[in-house]
Amino acid sequence: MRPFVYRRATDAQGAVATFEAAPHAMYLGGGTNLVDLMRLGVASPDLLVDVTGLPYDQVEETPGGGLRIGAAVRNSDLAADAAVRRSYPVLSQALLAGASGQLRNLATVGGNLLQRTRCPYFQDVSKPCNKRDPGSGCPAREGEHHNLAIFGHSASCVATHPSDMAVAMAALGAVVHVEGPGGPRRIGMPGLHRLPGDTPERDTVLEPGELIVAVELPALPYAARSRYRKVRERASFAFAVVAVAAALDVADGVVRDCRVALGGVAHVPWRAELLETTLRGAPATRESFVVAAEAEFAQARPLRDNAYKVPLARNVIVGVLEELL
Amino acid sequence: MNRVEGVAKVTGQARYAYEYPVEGVCHAVAVQADIPRGEIIRVDAREALALPGVLAVLSCEGAPELADTSDYELALFQSRTVAYRGQIVAAVVAETLEIARQAQRLIKVTYRPGEFDVRLTGTHPGLYRPDKVNPAYPTDTGQGDVEAAMAAADSSVDVTYTTPALHNNPMEPHATLALWEDGDLTLYDSIQGVSTGRDSVAKVFGLPPEQVRVHAPHVGGGFGAKGSPRPNAILAAMCARAIRRPVKLAVTRQQMFSFTGYRTPTIQRVRLAADAGGLLTAVAHDVVEQTSRVTEFAEQTAIATRIMYGAPNRGTSHRLARLDVPTPSWMRAPGECPGMYALESAMDELAIECGLDPIELRIRNDPATAPESGKPFSSRNLVACLRAGAERFGWDGRDPRPGIRREGRWLVGTGVAASTYPVYRSPCRATARVGPDGRYTVAVAATDIGTGARTTLTLIAAAALGVPVERVTAEIGDSALPPAPVAGGSMGTGSWGSAVVLACRALRRALDEHAGAVPDTGIEAYGDTAEELAGQQDFARHAFGAQFAEVRVDTGTGEVRVSRLLGVFAAGRIINPKTARSQFIGGMTMGLGMALMEESVMDHEFGDYLNHDFAQYHVPTIADIRDIDAVWIEEDDAHLNPMGSKGIGEIGIVGTAAAIGNAVHHATGRRVRDLPIRIDRLVG
Ligand SMILES: Cc1cc2nc3c(=O)[nH]c(=O)nc-3n(C[C@H](O)[C@H](O)[C@H](O)COP(=O)(O)OP(=O)(O)OC[C@H]3O[C@@H](n4cnc5c(N)ncnc54)[C@H](O)[C@@H]3O)c2cc1C
Ligand code: SF4
Repeated sequence: MRPFVYRRATDAQGAVATFEAAPHAMYLGGGTNLVDLMRLGVASPDLLVDVTGLPYDQVEETPGGGLRIGAAVRNSDLAADAAVRRSYPVLSQALLAGASGQLRNLATVGGNLLQRTRCPYFQDVSKPCNKRDPGSGCPAREGEHHNLAIFGHSASCVATHPSDMAVAMAALGAVVHVEGPGGPRRIGMPGLHRLPGDTPERDTVLEPGELIVAVELPALPYAARSRYRKVRERASFAFAVVAVAAALDVADGVVRDCRVALGGVAHVPWRAELLETTLRGAPATRESFVVAAEAEFAQARPLRDNAYKVPLARNVIVGVLEELL
Repeated sequence: MNRVEGVAKVTGQARYAYEYPVEGVCHAVAVQADIPRGEIIRVDAREALALPGVLAVLSCEGAPELADTSDYELALFQSRTVAYRGQIVAAVVAETLEIARQAQRLIKVTYRPGEFDVRLTGTHPGLYRPDKVNPAYPTDTGQGDVEAAMAAADSSVDVTYTTPALHNNPMEPHATLALWEDGDLTLYDSIQGVSTGRDSVAKVFGLPPEQVRVHAPHVGGGFGAKGSPRPNAILAAMCARAIRRPVKLAVTRQQMFSFTGYRTPTIQRVRLAADAGGLLTAVAHDVVEQTSRVTEFAEQTAIATRIMYGAPNRGTSHRLARLDVPTPSWMRAPGECPGMYALESAMDELAIECGLDPIELRIRNDPATAPESGKPFSSRNLVACLRAGAERFGWDGRDPRPGIRREGRWLVGTGVAASTYPVYRSPCRATARVGPDGRYTVAVAATDIGTGARTTLTLIAAAALGVPVERVTAEIGDSALPPAPVAGGSMGTGSWGSAVVLACRALRRALDEHAGAVPDTGIEAYGDTAEELAGQQDFARHAFGAQFAEVRVDTGTGEVRVSRLLGVFAAGRIINPKTARSQFIGGMTMGLGMALMEESVMDHEFGDYLNHDFAQYHVPTIADIRDIDAVWIEEDDAHLNPMGSKGIGEIGIVGTAAAIGNAVHHATGRRVRDLPIRIDRLVG
């Protein structure tokens, strides 16, 4: 671990300004991911700007009928929020499926979105990894990848994004509010995270110094019936092998609208757009769900050891949609 | 009885090795090789040494000499060889842990890398036959003609099971605090045996054992990984000697995946043949496993097969491949645990072939005497365990057809397997003392690694003395006490307790001689079991058990949940039911981990165990353990020790994985022969 300077910011402008003044600054949320990575030598900032003291610790209803979630809201508080549980149960369930109680008490919304991949090579500085050390190679491609991506990976990186929360937010079409050196901007999800391409070192579209201040959930009445289902290698406290966030709007036996996003399958929370398109207007039956899921997985490109994720994710999607009927 | 140190533990008063406050203590951190094989060309420590607060860097460059280098893993810096990735190649000592860790990354080691081989296969060209398997069993055994019996059998199975490398991962990582004073060395070490630990450390430093003292009053688990001093003990002592100040060293969780030991992966072929009546005509168990290039460690995987079931034609064998890997070591029930997984899974397969209930198959083949040696059993209650378990679990009327019980998205199945573990005992000494205040103290260099040993010894002493437990204190965890064997091989209580009983009996005699009056100086008496052990009759001494599992398998995802787990054990007299139950269910929980999730993944490109932390190496969580229970059968065995007890620390993990695997087959009709039974092995 390298020595570093620690500062607490009290407002967004101050945080951005402090960040800009150091060559290798990083924002610090709950620290549950960043501090681990610093210990491992994967991250070595010279300045930490603690943003948990910023006034972004509320969940508020928006005039449009949605919710605005402060970036410093703790994962456990967000999961327990009455409005979230009522209007967006998928989000509450996703949060509760993640990590452990202790970790959720510390983890923030901003930090959760920006947590880094759990690819084993990324976390081990004695090995090459394009994401950590651009150009050094991607040993996961030929090595251990049974838990890595089946969609959207590239020759340079096959990692997955590990967050559960982000999968629910991608399904809900959340909008991320950002402050930064270039002023404020809004980024629609799933567009915050990016596919690896040949620059896997960049997880998201954020520019250096950009600070997440809030996440807005648009009104989506049918999301009151929504679900998160996570498959993992033990009953709790493990990252997703595959996860599905889904909401379904059915009228007269026909799917009017739907939202489906997948976790554990790509470098981003994977919004199943092909599936959604196929399903809209189709009869709300198991058969339609299977057809729509098959359409999505036609574009999957599993690696040597992770083809099992294709039938697994398909089964979970069909199961979750059936439960939502 | 509750643990005597329970309050101290939950209030944080109980000190573990790393926690002793010492004036002027410094911190050491190990630097590890990042190649699996080769020679060290140079260790450049200049940058590290320039960092304020860094006191020393130790490596093969000008290394402090060690008197004995016969144990490669302990002979730190004595050569330029790298024998496995993760081997300790240097260490930094600094005023603070933070500085030491910063300096750790500044040390530059250059290597001449060599070709390496870390891949164990059943057909590895380097497979060889070791002279013996641990601790001193014959490598191969055989009688009759297995091939002919297989050919002539009414039913048979010929199947290969594999188990991955597993890391012990006790809750408390290895840690040492080392202090030198006038040439004498004191260690506070997280270790399973203080007497044997002291002797090993003394040997490495060329000191008479009296000049070394090892304290381990509390140890946060070991499961075999702390059965002997690990490199941390030697390294802390070397660093302390180099800087002439006390030094602390805590092994990180990640480092525990490279230099504190693990269970070898195994490839096991089991052949079983039976006649029309379900009587075994052949039992053969052939094992392939790994050892390191530097030290031979031959896990005794097939030895349980030598005593489990009768059959006229039989054979067992062990073959090793020397790989560029860390030396495997003991992990809870070494040998029996992986071996019984294969044997007991194959027995399930045979039961299906024979059309017999798997309990019935085992009962029919329960031998009257130990099958290979012909020795009588001191007691053998496997059948009683199977019957009692069947009753309690509700086995009767089980429909053997696989894949037909559905509850919603779950397929449900049940499975059974047998457990066994040998009864070992080693010579031990103890003292018993009474003071004028009527308080008794028994002293023995035992260690309580979280098992409840201190409590059990208190109970044993109170019973032998005929006094209430409140008047007895057990002093343990210090090598200055009468020498004792390790807390390992499930022989701790049996060995230590025997010596304590002898000492207590001697004290009672002495008290009688004083007509009950205790002089101001107190009375002390002594016990030594060496003679009694040498005179033991020749019996086959083993504990047995039966494990039952009910599993649910999600048909869409392949997720397996163990909804019920029951163990029934016959392990002599149970001295303290409360801590005994914890030992059994703890072992079973670990067995569940082995069945479903534990797996150290060897990275073939880089040559190390890749998933080296708790976010990646999964052990069971509370949510994975639903309904778990362990009970026992009263067993009266006069051929064991004065307490009539068998060891209970390890048997709980033996058989669990087979019971679960058998239940998964019953639920789904799919026989997964490679552990762990992961999602990707069941889905689709
Ligand atoms: C053992 C373990 C198991 C876990 N299991 C799961 C799991 O099952 N599912 C799951 O989803 N997660 C899991 N997690 C991850 C956990 O959810 C994340 O560590 C946590 O959400 C990160 O939040 P934080 O506030 O602690 O972020 P930090 O660690 O503080 O920061 C993470 C990153 O975000 C940046 N950052 C923080 N806040 C902001 C902001 N406002 N604006 C811009 N950048 C910011 C930091 O610079 C850093 O790069 C697990 C973690 C651990 C340690
Ligand atoms: S998959 Fe990505 S994160 Fe993993 S080793 Fe390859 S480049 Fe690194």
